[in-house]
Parts: sequence; C-alpha cells; structure tokens
Amino acid sequence: MMTDRFARRVRRLLAPLALLALAGAAAPGASALAQAPLPGAAATAGDRIVSVGGAVTEILYALGLERRIAGVDTTSLFPARALQDKPNVGYVRALSPEGVLSLRPSLVITSEAAGPPDAVKLIQEAGIRIARVPDEPTAEGVIRKIAEVGRLTGAEADAGRLAAAVDRRFAVLAKARASIDRPVKVLFVLALQNGRPLVGGAGTSADSIIRLAGGANAAGTIQGYKPMTDEAVIAAAPEIVVMMTRGDAAPKVEDVFATVGLAATPAGARRALVVMDGLYLLGFGPRTPDAARDLMKAFYPALDPPALPGPADGGARP
Amino acid sequence: MTAIAPEAAQSLAAAVAGRRKRTVATFSALSAACLLVVLLSIGTGAVKLSPAQVLDILLSASGGVSDPATAGHALVVVNIRLPRILVGLMVGAALAVSGALMQGLFRNPLADPGLVGVSAGAGLAAAATIVLGDRLLAAGALPTAALPGGAFAGGLAVTALLYGMATRQGRTSIAVMLLAGVAIGALAGSLMGLLSYISDDRQLRDVTFWMLGSLGGASWSKVTSLAPAVLPVLVAVPFLARGLNALVLGEAEAFHLGMPVQRLKRLCIVLVALAVGASVAVSGIIGFVGIVVPHVLRLALGADHRVLLPGSALLGGTLLVGADMLARTIVAPAELPIGILTSLLGAPFFLWLLLKRGGSFEA
Repeated sequence: MMTDRFARRVRRLLAPLALLALAGAAAPGASALAQAPLPGAAATAGDRIVSVGGAVTEILYALGLERRIAGVDTTSLFPARALQDKPNVGYVRALSPEGVLSLRPSLVITSEAAGPPDAVKLIQEAGIRIARVPDEPTAEGVIRKIAEVGRLTGAEADAGRLAAAVDRRFAVLAKARASIDRPVKVLFVLALQNGRPLVGGAGTSADSIIRLAGGANAAGTIQGYKPMTDEAVIAAAPEIVVMMTRGDAAPKVEDVFATVGLAATPAGARRALVVMDGLYLLGFGPRTPDAARDLMKAFYPALDPPALPGPADGGARP
Repeated sequence: MTAIAPEAAQSLAAAVAGRRKRTVATFSALSAACLLVVLLSIGTGAVKLSPAQVLDILLSASGGVSDPATAGHALVVVNIRLPRILVGLMVGAALAVSGALMQGLFRNPLADPGLVGVSAGAGLAAAATIVLGDRLLAAGALPTAALPGGAFAGGLAVTALLYGMATRQGRTSIAVMLLAGVAIGALAGSLMGLLSYISDDRQLRDVTFWMLGSLGGASWSKVTSLAPAVLPVLVAVPFLARGLNALVLGEAEAFHLGMPVQRLKRLCIVLVALAVGASVAVSGIIGFVGIVVPHVLRLALGADHRVLLPGSALLGGTLLVGADMLARTIVAPAELPIGILTSLLGAPFFLWLLLKRGGSFEA
C-alpha cells in the first residue's frame, strides 16, 4: 500500500518533467532551413546574411539583397515582409548562438549593440563573420551605415549610388532648413506613463531627427529618455508634440493633451500633435530624409519644403 | 528500562523499511528523469541533428573531425549544447541545494538562496556594471569578465556584510541576519531603481534581460569557473545534512546534541554564498528553483536532509536543463529568458501541489 501511494507520488512528480521533455522534443526547430548540413568554417563569403537591426535590414532590402538574408531580428520592422518571410533571431542584445548558427549564415551584420558577448564569441568561433555597423543618429551616420553595409556584402556600387541619393536628399533638406528664421520648439514624447510624459532629451535619435527637420528640441537640456514633470513640460513650452505609433495603436490627440502639463503648453492650445511610425522616425536608415521632410512639413506648413530628388529607398517600399 | 511492545516495534520497522524503499524509488526516478532530460537536451536545439549524428559527434569528439559539415555540427554539440547542459545542471543543483540549506538553517519554509543577500548584492553589482561600466571605461572597452566578476564580488560582499552584522561574540543570530537581509534587499532595490533611472534604453534592456536569467552565454570557460564554487556545496552535503537535522529541534538542542552549531551556520552561509554567487554571475537571476524544488521533495520524501539535499541537487539540475531546453527551442532561432519559464511552468505546478496536499505543510 505504501509503495502504491508512493508510486502515485512519483508519477505526480514526474508528470511535469515528462511534459517538459516531450515539449522539448516536439518543439519546432528553426524551420526547414536547418535541414541541410552546417557549412561550418568553410562558408563561401557573403552568401547568407543574418541582419540584426532595423536600419541594417532596411539597407539590405534597399540594395536588393533580400534573397541573401537568412534571418532578421525583432527590430527589422521595415519592409513589413522582412519579419514575415525571414526567421526571427530575437532581440539584438539577447541573441541565441545556436539559433543564429541554425540559419547557416556566413555573415552577421549587426548594429553596434549585438550581444550578449559570449553568444557573439561562440558565433565567431563557428567561423562566422560578425560585422558591427556604427549606429550614429546623424545624416553622416546614415551615409556611413549604407557604405559599410555595401562594403560588407560586396555591393559597393549599389551602396555608393544609394548613399549618393540619400546624401542629395539630406542636402536639399539642409537648404530648406537654412530658410527657417525661428525654429519651432518640439517635444518628443516616447510614452505617456500614467499621464507622465517620457521625453527624448539630448543625445537621443529623437533629438537628431527634430534638428534634421529644422526644429529645436524643447527637452534639449535633459540627457537621454527621461520622465518629465508637468511643471517642466510647461516651462519647456513646446509648440508641437511628436509621438510614434506602437504597432497599430496611435496615440490620440484628446488623450495626449488631457494631461495637465501638455494641455497647458502652446502645443496643447493648438492641439499640435504629430504621430509617425517609430522605425521611420527614429531608425536612421535610407528613409530618414523622407521622415525628416515629413516632420518639417508638419512643423512649418507655410514653408512647403521642396520635394526630395529621386527614390532613395531603391525599391524597398513594398 | 523501556520496553517496546512487539507489535509497535514491528510497525516501526515496517515504516522504516517503507521509507527506505520510497527513498530508493524516488532517487531512481530522479536519476532516470535527469538522464532523460540531459539526453533529450543534447539532441534538441535550433540546429536539427539526428540522434545518430549526435552520438557520432560525441564518440569522435576526442578524435578530431576532418569533414567541415561534421565539424560545424560538432561545434554546436560540443561547444554550445554540452557546456550549456553542464552549466544548467550545476546552476540548478546549486540553487536548489542552497534553497534547502537556507530553509533548514533559518527553519523557515519561505527561505530561499537569496536570503543571505547574494542575489541582491549580485543584482546590484551587475546593474552597476552594465549602467556605469561604459562611463568609467572608454565605450565598449569593458572586458567580458567584468559582468560575471562584478556580480560574483557584489554577491559575496553583501553576504559578508550581513554575516558581520548578525555575528556578535562568535554567535550568529539567524533572526538578525534575516531582518538585515530584508533591509539590505530593499536598499539594493532602490539603488537599482536609481541605476535604471540614469540608464539609457539599451542598458535598461540589458539589466532587464539579466534579471530574467539565461544560460545563453554558457561556454566551457564558464563550466570551469562555476565548478569550483558549486562542487564544494555538493561535497559538504553529508556533513551539513546531519547538522541541519539536529537543528530542526532548535539551536540550543542541537548544541547539546554535540553539533558545532556556529561552524555549521558559517559553513552553510559561506558555501551558499559561493555557489549562488557563481551561479547568478554566470546565468543571471533564475527564480523559483531555490524555493520550490526543496518543498516538492519534502512532500515526496519527508524532511530528512540526508535525502532532501541530494534529491534537491538532482531535481534542481533536471528542472533547469529541461526549462532551458524549452527556452532555446520554442521561439528558435531566438530564445526566451529561462527565468520566465521556470516560474511560468513551476509556479502553477507548485500551486496545484499545495492545493492537493496542503495539509502536509502544517506539522
């Protein structure tokens, strides 16, 4: 009887373990891609690319290298088909070594942030080249990023053309900026937490894009993304509030200006809210001149910034 | 003279025999489960390999492989999966045994390995390394060992501080240690809040991911740095078990039974701080294993530390390797933080166990 009861106990104890094991065995792997043998160290150069970082993926698509992409990361939101067509290797700071290896890449292009360090080391030990592309939120940074991705993939000529086109568009923007007498004060609100705005200060990509669009950052005295009190918001006196969409959800004018601080600003009085897609606005990829121009148009409706020359996205737009 | 009625002696002997049988059966089951999970783990992952391929790689691991395709597979099995499984076994065993030791030492079912301040100290040190490291050194120049090294040192420093505060005239007050531990935990929590306030986006995400735990960075060098910290706890288990069994009666009673109570306390605390400090440094904070594994075993085996401690080591290792196998396969080629899985799977199971057998906890 004792053993009987005990047997039941053991079964109870083991049931979840068995489930664990079964689930592990039945869990789907990395898709059919993983069926072929790993090439290991003998990979042919530049054949299969894992792209980590929204801007890197955008550039690869703009260069027409879509077919060479073996996997992308969670921030590769543009073009939208990237995450639908390609396996997702996770978040840039939490890469899985075996996961990346299972895609049999020969080159991993990442933003500077790739990690954790041990995972990166293991991937390198497998003979796979990991290249970090500098991630500087400026016009020059975008040009450098494009050139670097071109160099890494052997698509220098295409990258040169793309970089030149993007550069021309930045130049047109710069000219338009020069005609602005008084920059409008802009506050970038990353999120409203319980009615308390989390704003983009100096050194953020939000600060860079506001300046590219000819605005002045109303939160320029703050470093990084920080929560701002209602009083500080009123003192900063932004004339326009910029926010980004999260997935399909866009912040609503009535919600944003329902907060005491934002309601009492010039932006609140004019109900001036600009909402844009997050990666388009802050990604600092080939589409950045367009994003800056869209912003400029919203900031200075009377200015009517000139159309930008030529398509800069090289057909990346779906 | 005490005379035991023959029937009573008989039923006592039967009970002892029954318990022994139960222990043997449980240990066989635990070992089998552990072996099964380890085997499944070696064969499972984002890179699809057949059991025959894995076996081939393991058998030829020493011989060296010429064919590049096999070399690629061998790297996955030998340099990624094997160290990961070993780290999982050691971290799981360290956390579960430490949990059982702390529950025995503090005579409190709520005690977990974090109680000696290791997790709080390690967490704070890790967050400080992530957030301040870049500023102190030139950007990106932070060595790979800085984070685990910092976490390990931080964990030990806080434990030493707590132990010092709780020890007066060569006697450690468990109650003071418990309360001071709570206060230090609160202090560490608020300092971490401050660090996350001054951190940028990337650092904040790093801290968050670290807090959720992962075996993702496991490598042979981590195995060799973890082993010297974890194995002493496992080796000391027989000595500690007898002491903790005596301690159940009370500190004074254990002392009168001839137990070196102070030495026992010190040894427990030092060993737990070392094992948990090293585990946390390698894998981040993995909750739940330390507190629940010992309780599950207590329900099955009773409270005798001589079986509870080794059982905890086995079940803790098994649980963590199993959870890690899930963590690295369900969203492959990405992976989930393991801390999410251990609690997500373990907590409902434990609640179910409690509801079903809650009576056993009162006694």
